[in-house]
Amino acid sequence: MPYDEVVRTFDPVLGLEVHVELGTATKMFCGCPTEFGAEPNTQTCPTCLGLPGSLPVVNAIAVESAIRIGLALNCEIATWCRFARKNYFYPDMPKNYQVSQYDEPIAFNGYLDIEVPTPEGPRSFRIEIERAHMEEDTGKTSHLGSDTGRILGADYSLVDYNRAGIPLIEVVTKPIEGMGELAPEVAKAYVAELRALVQALGVSDAHMHQGSLRCDVNLSLRPTPDSPLGTRSETKNVNSLRSVERAVRYEMQRHGARLAAGQKVVQETRHWSEALGNTSSGRSKEQAEDYRYFPEPDLVPVAPSREWVAELAATLPELPSVHRRRLQTDWGFTDLEMSAAVNAGLLGQIEATVADGADSAAARNWWLGELSRLANERGVDAGELPIFPGDVARVIALVDSGALTDKLARQVVEGILAGEGSPDEVVAARGFKVVSDDGPLLAAIDAAIAANPDVAQKIIDGKLAAAGAIIGAVMKATGGQADAAKVRTLLLTKLGLTP
Amino acid sequence: MTSTELTRRTAAELAGVVASGEASAVEVTQAHLDRIAAVDAGVHAFLHLDTEGALASAAAVDAARSAGESLGPLAGVPLALKDVLTMKGIPTTCGSRILQGWRPAYDATVTARLKAAGVVILGKTNMDEFAMGSSTEHSAYGPTHNPWDLDRIPGGSGGGSAAALAAFEAPLAIGTDTGGSIRQPAAVTGTVGVKPTYGGVSRYGLVALASSLDQAGPCARTVLDAALLHAVIAGHDPLDSTSIDAPVPDVVSAALHADVRGMRVGVVRELTGEGYQAGVQQRFDEAVALLTELGADVVEVSCPHFPYALAAYYLILPSEASSNLAKFDGMRFGLRSGDDGQHSVEEVMGLTRAEGFGDEVIRRIMLGTYALSAGYYDAYYGSAQKVRTLITRDFAAAFEQVDVLVSPTAPTTAFKLGEKLDDPLAMYLNDIATIPANLAGTPGMSLPVGLAPEDGLPVGLQIMAPVMADDRLYRVGAALETALLSRWGTPILEGAPVL
Amino acid sequence: MPSITPAEVAHLARLARLDLSTDHLGRLAGELDVILASVAKVSEVAAADIPPTSHPLPLTNVFRADVVHACLTRDEALAAAPSVEAGRFRVPRILDEEA
Repeated sequence: MPYDEVVRTFDPVLGLEVHVELGTATKMFCGCPTEFGAEPNTQTCPTCLGLPGSLPVVNAIAVESAIRIGLALNCEIATWCRFARKNYFYPDMPKNYQVSQYDEPIAFNGYLDIEVPTPEGPRSFRIEIERAHMEEDTGKTSHLGSDTGRILGADYSLVDYNRAGIPLIEVVTKPIEGMGELAPEVAKAYVAELRALVQALGVSDAHMHQGSLRCDVNLSLRPTPDSPLGTRSETKNVNSLRSVERAVRYEMQRHGARLAAGQKVVQETRHWSEALGNTSSGRSKEQAEDYRYFPEPDLVPVAPSREWVAELAATLPELPSVHRRRLQTDWGFTDLEMSAAVNAGLLGQIEATVADGADSAAARNWWLGELSRLANERGVDAGELPIFPGDVARVIALVDSGALTDKLARQVVEGILAGEGSPDEVVAARGFKVVSDDGPLLAAIDAAIAANPDVAQKIIDGKLAAAGAIIGAVMKATGGQADAAKVRTLLLTKLGLTP
Repeated sequence: MTSTELTRRTAAELAGVVASGEASAVEVTQAHLDRIAAVDAGVHAFLHLDTEGALASAAAVDAARSAGESLGPLAGVPLALKDVLTMKGIPTTCGSRILQGWRPAYDATVTARLKAAGVVILGKTNMDEFAMGSSTEHSAYGPTHNPWDLDRIPGGSGGGSAAALAAFEAPLAIGTDTGGSIRQPAAVTGTVGVKPTYGGVSRYGLVALASSLDQAGPCARTVLDAALLHAVIAGHDPLDSTSIDAPVPDVVSAALHADVRGMRVGVVRELTGEGYQAGVQQRFDEAVALLTELGADVVEVSCPHFPYALAAYYLILPSEASSNLAKFDGMRFGLRSGDDGQHSVEEVMGLTRAEGFGDEVIRRIMLGTYALSAGYYDAYYGSAQKVRTLITRDFAAAFEQVDVLVSPTAPTTAFKLGEKLDDPLAMYLNDIATIPANLAGTPGMSLPVGLAPEDGLPVGLQIMAPVMADDRLYRVGAALETALLSRWGTPILEGAPVL
Repeated sequence: MPSITPAEVAHLARLARLDLSTDHLGRLAGELDVILASVAKVSEVAAADIPPTSHPLPLTNVFRADVVHACLTRDEALAAAPSVEAGRFRVPRILDEEA
């Protein structure tokens, strides 16, 4: 169903569950290292492998991080809470139960304020947070034998338990209402803001493409905001900000089409495909899973003293929203410019580029312009491109100094993305050198005028636009390496006109 | 000293023999290995003998002694380890087919402490499968036979450890007690068994049955031996979040200065009378009278919620066990059945567990799954946890009036093999007196107080003390033991049949 | 408390990943009924104002420092595995999607 028809006919309600993988040195319940990318099954011990007789012991820094996340989300911190076992069988779960928190989360009842850009200006939303709780991650399965690498059609699976036991903080929103057509943008802005928050806190690197920040999207539609909630679907495998927005939009359209055709929405878990731009049904289970939660008997309650919580509150860094206001002032961006940067999730990149010496407007233009365009082509977030803010700053500096034209600069960036090296390396390797010495230019200009006398006459007669043809000829003659602006100036001067 | 003489010694005496050089640790170990070879075909206390490892450990003790190093109080003394505790590289089966052949990659903390103390671990003893039972008849490897009468049960779940002691195959053993699995076998074999305060001995490496009830504890033929062993294994373990971070009560001192004058002893009204075999009640009453003669003040106390303990236990234990046993699924270790390339992982798990688990284990897993199920939690597991609170309060109230509580350990003497196998409920009643202490976490000891006149089989008396007051068990136990010994003339086990 | 039905027993067996024969399930239904009736008496005394005990001892806040310890080697981790491939645990094909 066309999107605008969906929003005319229905009111969307969102529920977002974000899992933050903490950047602690060790796992949640044992001292195994958490570094990404190790050889399979080299970072395990009896506890995270779930061997008989093993026992968990809680990582103090994980608790601290959970409290800090809760405080940054304006949550109440529990005075007393416990871990609970969530019981179900799955090969990536060594104990066939996950140690999590059930009805006693460590943090609850908070909110996160976000801003969504609209043509009329940025609109604020207060996203209410139901809870943030601690749990452990599962191992990683790879499925062999099918065409897609997914479970469907696979013959068997291989399991690596390095990831099993890594600390996760799950942040769950209350139902998000009142968004109307902005639901996709709200979802994206929320995830971007939450990501910025945990990065600012230093508790997680929150790289969505590496899985250290994961988002499950729950969506339902109802006829009007006063109607009771509709049936929701849950969508997983949403691995980038761009996917969040697209998945919400897709599900809204899918739900809308079904409901408009008189069909019911099936309550199920779906899988988002960024490549195909759609969700597909997971194998629906015959019976609902019964997790048989009960308090974890191998762990004792966590009762953070109010003194400890106050100490941690004092360590909170400048929160992203405050930070942004300061940056906006420093950079002189308009509200619209600022919210565009935030909404694209590129504030960090722009900030780092400016820190490396670039002008803030130039940094913004590059990240939100050319780099976002390139990212879009590749189906990723601009922040995931293989180019550093330092590189971007260097490119800007080269353009500023006249060593590169904008056109050449774009080619340098493509070279960096292709893995050819740093900006200077690419420039050297490709032999880019802006011709701005007057000598060769004047020679080329003379030649072009001689070859196009009628064009030159038009220019002299006042048709300045005709200069383009001469300039083009000069660019061609210099292999595209002439500074076009400089050529124009020299040309007009030569023809006795004011540039 | 002859081999036979060595096997008749207490652990304290053997430690002295080794320390003085009267016999080498290797000789002591060999004497016990010879005894096992002679009688264990009939008793079947052992599932695995680590002959090589034991002799090597003994040799190491001898070498240390020759080098003039100081030896611990139990160095060179042989011990039998219940097969529910892990021992690196040695088969650990928990009495189950599902772990047949499993050799753990790590030592339990108890095992490590025994090794560090120079104790010589002879091998692993038989038990009811996954510690579920009161007769050791539920072992997948065949029952253990009571040395007092090979047609009778040795108690359970730790029948192997108790039988090894009673058969003079080892002077020391380690058992585990979740509802009486150390104390009840001690009672029916005429030996001493102690369940320490919950948290007093590390559970790391103790394959979990019911995490909030399980405790490993010392088993021996005398109270002093048990105290010496208790001191070696007890104490805080950072690998066990539920272990107590406080000094171990001075149990050895208490055993050596046994004096009950002025102590207040409470006979639990709800744990005597109807349901208790006449001869058991008689010997218990005589022992209580003896305590009065020794200067204790004996009164009757009421623990009105104790009649609900059994019911609460048989909800809490299966619930926790159903979760703890979920890790046995054929994926990472142990038995795997039905993996023919056709069956799914769900099916392989189901086939493996159905084949690998015995009937009693399956019964309790099903019961526990039910008790935790959505809709039943409050009425079953939830209510059982409340009864636990009531039992704890009963103990607290009782310990306001008295220093220790006493009761018969078990309602009957050793029954015949096969007698109660068809009636699970009748089997569960064996634990009626021992369960309350597990629910409250309080320590308990069983020591022999005579032979029942009607069948000539051992009767045990149970002593219970407040949390962290384990020393009181040893003080009262040692006093009673000394008085009984002087009344009998010889230790009770000297009257056991020759094997 | 209502009697436990064969359908319920089958459901429990599935939840617990126990592939039991129909006969065994039938026997279990009877055994569970008897046991459940006797343990149901806990409801008699479990009043609303009584707090449940999940831990026998009043310990709280037991933590460990975020410091790396020695891991099992890959060989140790895989040593008891029924099936291994490419340094990973090989498991039969999975039907249910992740929860």
